[in-house]
Amino acid sequence: MLIALLSIFIVGLIAPGLYSVLREKTGWVLAILPFSVFIYFLTLFPAIADGEVITQSTDWVPLFDVTLSFYLDGLSMLFALLVTGIGTFIVLYGSGYLAGHEYIGRFFCTILLFMGSMLGVVLADNLITLFVFWELTSFTSYLLIGFSHDSAESRNSALQALLVTGIGGLALLAGLILMGYTAGTFEMSEILNSGDVLRESPLYLGILILILAGAFTKSAQFPFHFWLPGAMAAPTPVSAYLHSATMVKAGVYLLARVHPAMGDTDLWFYLVTGFGAATLLISAWLALCYTDMKQILAYTTVMVLATLTMLIGMGFPLAHQAAAVYILGHALYKASLFMVAGAIDHEAGTRDIAKLGGLRSLMPISAVAAALAALSMAGIAPFFGFIGKELLYEAALEAPMWSTLLISIAVLGNIAVVAAAGIVAIKPFYGPKVETPKHAHEAPLSMWIGPITLASLGVVFGSLPFLIDSSLIVPTASAIYGETLDFYLSLWHGINLPLILSVVTLLGGIAVYKIWTGLQSSTPAGLYSTTFHDGPKGGYQFLVDGMLSTAGWQTRVLQNGMLRYYVLTIVVTMAVAIGYTFMSRAGFAWNNELGSVELYEWTLFATIIASALIAVMVRSRLAIIVALGVIGFGLALIYLMYGAPDLAMTQVLVETLTVILVALVLVHMPPLKKSEAAGSKFRDAVIALTLGGIFTAMTLTAMTLPFDLFISEQFAEWSYPAAHGRNIVNVILVDFRALDTMGEVVVVAVAGLAVYALVKMNKKQSKNGGAES
Amino acid sequence: MKSLILHTATRLLMALLLIFSLFLFFRGHDEPGGGFIGGLFGAGAITLYALAFGAEKAQQTIRISPLTMIAWGFVALIISGILPMIVNEPFLTGQWLFLDFADTEVKLSSPLIFDIGVYLCVVGFILAVIFSLEEE
Repeated sequence: MLIALLSIFIVGLIAPGLYSVLREKTGWVLAILPFSVFIYFLTLFPAIADGEVITQSTDWVPLFDVTLSFYLDGLSMLFALLVTGIGTFIVLYGSGYLAGHEYIGRFFCTILLFMGSMLGVVLADNLITLFVFWELTSFTSYLLIGFSHDSAESRNSALQALLVTGIGGLALLAGLILMGYTAGTFEMSEILNSGDVLRESPLYLGILILILAGAFTKSAQFPFHFWLPGAMAAPTPVSAYLHSATMVKAGVYLLARVHPAMGDTDLWFYLVTGFGAATLLISAWLALCYTDMKQILAYTTVMVLATLTMLIGMGFPLAHQAAAVYILGHALYKASLFMVAGAIDHEAGTRDIAKLGGLRSLMPISAVAAALAALSMAGIAPFFGFIGKELLYEAALEAPMWSTLLISIAVLGNIAVVAAAGIVAIKPFYGPKVETPKHAHEAPLSMWIGPITLASLGVVFGSLPFLIDSSLIVPTASAIYGETLDFYLSLWHGINLPLILSVVTLLGGIAVYKIWTGLQSSTPAGLYSTTFHDGPKGGYQFLVDGMLSTAGWQTRVLQNGMLRYYVLTIVVTMAVAIGYTFMSRAGFAWNNELGSVELYEWTLFATIIASALIAVMVRSRLAIIVALGVIGFGLALIYLMYGAPDLAMTQVLVETLTVILVALVLVHMPPLKKSEAAGSKFRDAVIALTLGGIFTAMTLTAMTLPFDLFISEQFAEWSYPAAHGRNIVNVILVDFRALDTMGEVVVVAVAGLAVYALVKMNKKQSKNGGAES
Repeated sequence: MKSLILHTATRLLMALLLIFSLFLFFRGHDEPGGGFIGGLFGAGAITLYALAFGAEKAQQTIRISPLTMIAWGFVALIISGILPMIVNEPFLTGQWLFLDFADTEVKLSSPLIFDIGVYLCVVGFILAVIFSLEEE
C-alpha cells in the first residue's frame, strides 16, 4: 500500500515533465496509474469481503511513535476504490476539459498529489499519519480550487476553503492527540477496541467536539457549509473529484471511522445527528435558490453529506447500512453529474440553467449519462439511489429518538433532491432549444467515458445488488458499526411505509420542479435565502476582516517608525516581564555584609556613577558618547579586577567599536533639541530607573542565594582532558556549548546583513527620490 | 579623514594590529583570546584603516567583501559541525589531530575551524555595518 501511495506522489511530481513529452496523450498515460492502483485494491477485495483486515506498517518517526501504518477494512476499501476508480476517470476527463490549457501539467501534478493524500487519509492507521494526509488534502485542494489563479474570485474561494478546513484541521489535530493519549496508543486499529476507555474518560466531551469540528468543516456541515459552494470556482474536473466523492467525504469518513470508538452515546447522537439534520434542511432550501448547475450540485452534495452525518449519528446497524449504500451511490451519480455539467459548460459555453435547453440531440451521450445519474439521484427504482433512499427512510423510522422529526426532514430533503435532479438533468437537455454562447456539440471521448460508466454502474448495482452487497457494503457497514453485521440488499421490500414515502417524495419532487421552472424564468433570485448562506459566510468574512484590521492596527502602533518608541516598548516590556517574574517568584533580598571596599574600588565606582550622571545631563551628543565610553571602560576594569580577562578584553574592544559606530551614525542625526518636553523627560527617567532598579535588585538577590559550582567545576575539570584547552571560556564557546555559539554567531551575522540591506536600501530610495524632485 | 599623523600611524600599525589579532585568535584555546576577541580586534584594525583612508580604499585593500566573509564564516561553522558526523559522532563533536613538527606539538581540530567561522562572522558583521555607514 505504501508503494501504491508513493508511486502516486512521485508520478504526480513528474507529471508536468511528462506533459512536455507526451503532450495530449498525457491524460491517457497518467490514467494508467490510478487504474492500476484500483486493480491492486481489487485483488485485495476477496480478503476484505471475508471480513479480514489488512495492516501494513513502516517506521517513520519512531521517536514519537509515528508510523506509516495502513489499515484496510471494508470502509477503507470502499473509499480507496472510489478514490482511485473515479480518479482514473477524472484524470481522463481533465485532459479533455483542460486540453490546450497553459497549466495543464500543473493540473495533473496537483490532482495526483491530491489523490495520493486522499488515499492516505482513508488508509492511514496511525493518527498522526492520518492528520498529515488530512492536511495535505486541504493544501492540495487549495491549489486545485485556486487553479485559475488570475481570477480574484477563485483565489478568494480557495483561501476560504483553506482557512475553514485548516482551522478544522487544527481542532482535529488536538482531538487526535487527546484521543491517542487517552487510549494510550496512536494506532486507530487499537483505539477502535478501546472505545470504553474513551467514552468513560473525562476528556470525552473535549475529544468529541474537537474531532467533530474537524469533520464538520471538511464535510461542509452547518455552519461551515458555505465554503463548498464557494469552491465551485474550481475547474469542473476538480469539483467533480473533490466535491463529490473524495475531499468532502473525508469528514464523513472520519466520523464513520471513529464511530466504534466514540459513538454509541447520547451526546454523539445529539451532536452528529442534530447537525446533520439541520444542515440537510438548510441546504435543501438553498439548493433550489440557484440556476448555476454547479451551485445546485454543490448544495445537493451538502445535502448528501448531511444525510450521511445524520445516519452515522444514529448509531444502529440499519443506519450504517444506509450510510454505506449512500456513500457509494452518491459518489457514482454525483461525479457523473458534475462531469456532465462541466461538459455542457465546455461545449455550450454556459452552465446557467436559465440559458440552456434542448441539448439532447446535440449531446446525446451526455444526455443519457445525465439521465441515468439523475434517476439514481432521485432514488427511482431500479437505480442504486433507490436502495439508499429506502434504507434511509427505514433507518429514520426506527431511530431511537426524534423519529418523526428525522423522517420528516429526510422526506423534505429528498423532495429537494428529486427536484434538483430534474433541474440539472431535464432542463438543459429537453424542452425547446435555447441559443447558447457556443455552438454545442458532443464532448470528446475522454469527457464522456467517465460519466457514462459511473452512471451505468448506478443501474447495474441497483438492479443486481448482490454483486456488491456481501462483498463491499456489508464489510463497510460492519466497519462503521464496529461489529460484524450480516444482511443483504434488495430492491423490493414489499409495500411498506418507506415505499409509500418514496412515492410521496417523488410526487413532491415533481411538484417542486414544476413550481421551480415556473418561478425561475421570472425571479430566480427571489428564492435566494440570505439567512443561511450569507449569514455564516458573512461571519467568516467578519472574522477575516477583523483579523486583518487588528494586524494592521497592531503594526501601526508597534512599528511606528520612531526609534525612541521602539526602545521604549522594548524596555517597558522587559521591565514589566522581568520585574513581575522576579517579584512573584523570588522576591528581593540582600546581604549587607559586603566586606571591605578598597580606595581604588571606590574611585572606580565614583567615576562610573559620575559618567552616568553626565551622560544624562549634557546636551551634546559627542559628550554623551564619551561619557558612555567611560562607563564601558570602567566596567572592563571591574571585570579585570575580579579575574575575567576574556570579558575585560571583549568589553574594551566592543566599547571601542561602539564609540566609532555611534560616531558614524551621529553624522546623520539631527542636533538634539534644546529642551525636551518636561513630561517626556520625566517619563523616560522613571522607566530607566525602574529597569535599572530591577536589575540591581536581581543582582543583589542573586548574591544571597547559594551558588551552585557544579557546572563551573565540571567545565574546569573537563576543559583540558576532554577539549585540549586551558582557556575554559573559549573551550565553552567553541566546544562544550558550540551549538549556542553557532546560534549567536548566526544572529550577529544576520543583524549585519540587515543593517547593510537597510542602509543600502535607504540610500537607493533617497537617490531615487532626489532624482524625481 | 585627512591627517598625516593618522595616515602614517595607520600604515605602520595595520600589519602589527592584524598579526596581533591572529595571535589573539590562535592562542585563544589556552589563553585569553579566541575567535570572538580576535575577530573584534581584527575588525578594529580594519576600521581604523577605513577611518583614515575611507571605506572604499579599505574595501579594496582587504579585497573580500564583508558579506562574502560572513558567508565563508557560515561555511566554516557548518563544516566543523558536519566533520564529526562523517565518523558517526553527533553534530559539532570536537575532532582532534595532533601533529609533531620538530618537537612542537601542533593541534588541529574541528573547534579550530569553528573558531575560524566565528572570527569571519564577527569581522564580516562589523565591517558590513561600518562600511555601509561610512560610504554615505
